[in-house]
Amino acid sequence: MVKNIIPTSLNEALELLNDRPFKIMAGGTDLMVQRRAWSQTPPEFIEDVLYIFNLEELKYIKEDKGFIVIGSTTPVEDLLHNDLTPFLLKEAIGIMASPALRHMATIAGNIGNASPAGDTLPILYVLDAIIVLESIEGIRELPINEVITGPRKHVIKQNEIIKEIKIPISVYTDSVFEKVGGRKADAISKLSFTGAVNIKDDKVLDFRIAFGAVSATILRRKEIEEKYVGLTKEELIGKVDEIVNEYDPFIRPIDDQRSNKEYRKTVALNLLKNFIITL
Amino acid sequence: MAKIRFKLNNKMIEIDENPNLRLLDVLRDKFGFTGVKEGCGEGECGACAILINNDVVNSCIVPLGNVNGKEIMTIEGFSLSEKFDVISSSFAEEGAVQCGICTPGMIIASESLLNKNPKPTDEEIRIGLSGNLCRCTGYNAIVKAVTKASKKGDGLW
Repeated sequence: MVKNIIPTSLNEALELLNDRPFKIMAGGTDLMVQRRAWSQTPPEFIEDVLYIFNLEELKYIKEDKGFIVIGSTTPVEDLLHNDLTPFLLKEAIGIMASPALRHMATIAGNIGNASPAGDTLPILYVLDAIIVLESIEGIRELPINEVITGPRKHVIKQNEIIKEIKIPISVYTDSVFEKVGGRKADAISKLSFTGAVNIKDDKVLDFRIAFGAVSATILRRKEIEEKYVGLTKEELIGKVDEIVNEYDPFIRPIDDQRSNKEYRKTVALNLLKNFIITL
Repeated sequence: MAKIRFKLNNKMIEIDENPNLRLLDVLRDKFGFTGVKEGCGEGECGACAILINNDVVNSCIVPLGNVNGKEIMTIEGFSLSEKFDVISSSFAEEGAVQCGICTPGMIIASESLLNKNPKPTDEEIRIGLSGNLCRCTGYNAIVKAVTKASKKGDGLW
C-alpha cells in the first residue's frame, strides 16, 4: 500500500526515513516531469513519497562562521533576491528555467537529481560547497564532489535528507558563468563554463574552473588549477594554450538530443580560452 | 491519501486526496477552474500558471502535497480584482490576445511580476514572462500591454 506523507517537522521526516524508504520530493520541478504520466493522471511513483517542500525550518539563507548557509527547501528565486547569495550562484539561478520554475526549484533538488547539466552544480563545485546531510543518527558533511558520483548517482543514504548547503565565503576579482542552451529560458544546458580568479597585486591567488554537461559529473580539476597559482596575470594569459590542453582530455561529452560531442567540446574549450585571455 | 488544507480563490478548502495528484488536475477536475490550461504538461509553457502565495508557478508540475497551508489563486479568483481589470483591459487594448490559450497564464505571470516590480523595464517584462509561450502574438504586444498595465495601475502594486 503506497503511503505518501506530508511531514510537519524535520524530525518527523527523519523518523519516517529511518523507518522505511521514501522518494523525497522538494519543489518537484524535476521529479514531476521525470515521473509524468498521461494528462489528467498523477505521476507514477512506485515508491512512497515524502513531501518536504513546506518544511519552513529548512527555508533560510544566513551567514555563519565564514560560510553562507542555505536551507535545503529554499526556492532558488528567493536566493536570487538575497544579498547574501554568492554572485556566481545568482548568475546561474538568473538564467535557470523561468520565474515559475524558480519559485519551486531548490539547489538541494539539483544535488538529489545529480544531472551533469544541473545549472547550480558547477557553482557549488567551484565554490567548494559542503553538503550537510542529516539522519536520525546525526549529521555528516561532505564536499559536493564526494556527494555526486555519476549521472543520477549520489551517496546520500536512504535515511538521510539534505539539510543545508554551506558555501565558504571567498573573494574573486573576476568570475563568470556561461550557459549554452537552445534558448535563454526553459532550456537544459548543452554545456556550461564557470571560471573564477582572484588576482591581487598582479599575482594569481586563486584560479578555479568548472564545466557542466561535458563529463559524467561536473568537471573540476584542482591539480590543474594549482599549477597556475602564483603566476602574474600576464604569465597566466601567456599559458592559455597550455591550460586548454590540460583540460582537453577531461572533456568527454556525449551525443544526445540537445547537442553533440564535437560541439560541446569545442565550445567548452573556447569559453575557457576566452575567459583567460579577457582577464 | 492525506488531508490537505489550503486557500483556493479566497476560500478555505480541506480535502482528503492522493498528494501525488497534479494541482492542475485538481483545479480543473475537482473545482472546475478550467481557466487553468494544460499545454506541455512539463512546466515549460506556462498555460497552467497560477499564483501560490502571490508567486507564479506552473500547476502541471506542482504535486497537491506541496500546497498544504498555501494560498492558491487561479485566473478565476484573480479576475474579481481591480488589478485584473487593469491587466486584462491593457491586453485587450494592445491586441495582446489572439487565440487566447496562453492568456490566463500570461496575466497570472504579469501579476506575479508587477507584485514584485511595479515598474518593470521591457527587459524585466521579457524575463518575468519568459516561462510563458505564445504562438500567436510574437510577444511585442504582450510586453506593451504589461507596460501599459504598469502605468494605468500606478499605485495598485
